[in-house]
Amino acid sequence: MLSAKAIGFAFSRPFYRSDLIQQMDSIGVQSLPIVLLTGFFTGMVLALQSSVQLKTFGATMYIGRLVAASMIRELGPVLAGLMVAGRVGSGIAAQIGSMRVTEQIDALNTLGTDPIRKLVTPRVLAALIMMPTLTVINDFAGILGGNVIAAAYVGIPTSLYWRTVWEQIAGGGFIFKYIPNDFVHGLVKPFVFGGIISLVACNFGLKTSGGTEGVGVSTTRTVVTASILILVVDYFITQLLLAFLPA
Amino acid sequence: MTDDRRDSGDDRRKPGSTPAEGEGVPIRRTADDERVRAAIRNELSLDRSQDMPPTAEYRAAATNKIIELKNVYLAFDRPILENVSFAALSGETIVVAGESGTGKSTILKLLLRLLVPDRGEVFIDKEEITSLKFADALKVRQKMGMVFQGAALFDSLTVYENVAYPLREHTTLSEDEIETRVREKLSFVDLNPDRVIDMLPSDLSGGMRKRVGIARGMANNAQIMLYDEPTSGLDPLTTATITHLIIKLQRELGVTSIVVTHDIRSAFRMASRIAVLHNCHIEFFGTPEEMSGSDNPYLRDFLGGY
Repeated sequence: MLSAKAIGFAFSRPFYRSDLIQQMDSIGVQSLPIVLLTGFFTGMVLALQSSVQLKTFGATMYIGRLVAASMIRELGPVLAGLMVAGRVGSGIAAQIGSMRVTEQIDALNTLGTDPIRKLVTPRVLAALIMMPTLTVINDFAGILGGNVIAAAYVGIPTSLYWRTVWEQIAGGGFIFKYIPNDFVHGLVKPFVFGGIISLVACNFGLKTSGGTEGVGVSTTRTVVTASILILVVDYFITQLLLAFLPA
Repeated sequence: MTDDRRDSGDDRRKPGSTPAEGEGVPIRRTADDERVRAAIRNELSLDRSQDMPPTAEYRAAATNKIIELKNVYLAFDRPILENVSFAALSGETIVVAGESGTGKSTILKLLLRLLVPDRGEVFIDKEEITSLKFADALKVRQKMGMVFQGAALFDSLTVYENVAYPLREHTTLSEDEIETRVREKLSFVDLNPDRVIDMLPSDLSGGMRKRVGIARGMANNAQIMLYDEPTSGLDPLTTATITHLIIKLQRELGVTSIVVTHDIRSAFRMASRIAVLHNCHIEFFGTPEEMSGSDNPYLRDFLGGY
């Protein structure tokens, strides 16, 4: 019900554009440092671990392929999702939950504003737009982190590293001739995760009761539920995408 | 710290006294603060008849029922309201009193159509609202202003933005017209617009928040104002100011008000009629004079020594 209403309100007036922009800033721009750091260090550790394994086969030149495949298809979307669930999901649940217990949601209602239109729709749209954006940045930071380790620790030239990254992307196949399947995997997932995080957070926020303790409970439930859903849904999306977009 | 906070802190001392030495940090008041406090004391010492709401003669002239509850039943896990009926005439102030948990605030939610009764009808300005769709209910709510117990100002918005909110939502007024209206409403509730418009709700004292809440409620020139415990948690001087404001709204703007309160002293000052809820139904509905003269044992108990 909440999802249908929230999405439905995106196509009717009044539309709270300034709230959408504010939420895009809050969900997207302000999550950049945490996502960049997560991506960069995950890429570095992936390169480091795989270099040890690949060295035994004399295949360290494939570090780029391994990092790119892991980051774009799985780790990028999932890690960005988990980080955003922790940072943004908890924030949304706490904010809307506090508004609920201090009667601000009732105040919106009495002032003739639908709280779902005013609070939920901008957050859901912002998350749907910003999660894929953050994931692309996360992927790039990760591959760059892998590049740093590959060049500095393993001694693989940067040009070779990036060539193997591209080989991996191209090897995954293309849809509509030009769009790599890896990109589809990497963008469909964060889009869905963005919806999960924002809707779970708004839902628990709106259902908050029991004063400040209730706000804490809603926040915890949001992070736990959104994180678990991300991991579970990730599996099913992967299965679906592999069935429809085989390499 | 805001002026009102200083006021409430000082109320524990004798009026007009200065803080004694060793009593902690002395409270510094500006000339402006002193003027406001003197005005409030003046207001309190005025003959009560000056604030008396119009009663019998007024009702004889005004017969337009602007709010009406007819045989309303509502239950959640237990019955809340059973066969509750009463009406407010245009321009009246009806106080809904009763013990905690008797469904006083529920009546406000029914009037706002935040709740729908299991049975019965609710009329706002002759329009039956229980069967309205959600979108239509939003339109009915625009006729009413609600003042919440904790004021329920939007934390992230300044005082100006809070009061301007209903105007930006539901009118096509220009920003200049909105500013004029916001300043007018803030002045009406005895706040200095220049001083408060850029403040956030967290910077305000309880009394100031309530006053901003009233200004926001009346910003759209609502003809019906609903108050949920408007004086709870306030010191006596601020309570008197808020009570005075509710009376001022009725006298100067002819606003119809429904006030849910425990504060019998304020209720007697502001009410045209008082409804007392007890055991899910209305135990008494009449003027303050009729209430104080009643020999109903429950009312005698409820009023205590008042």
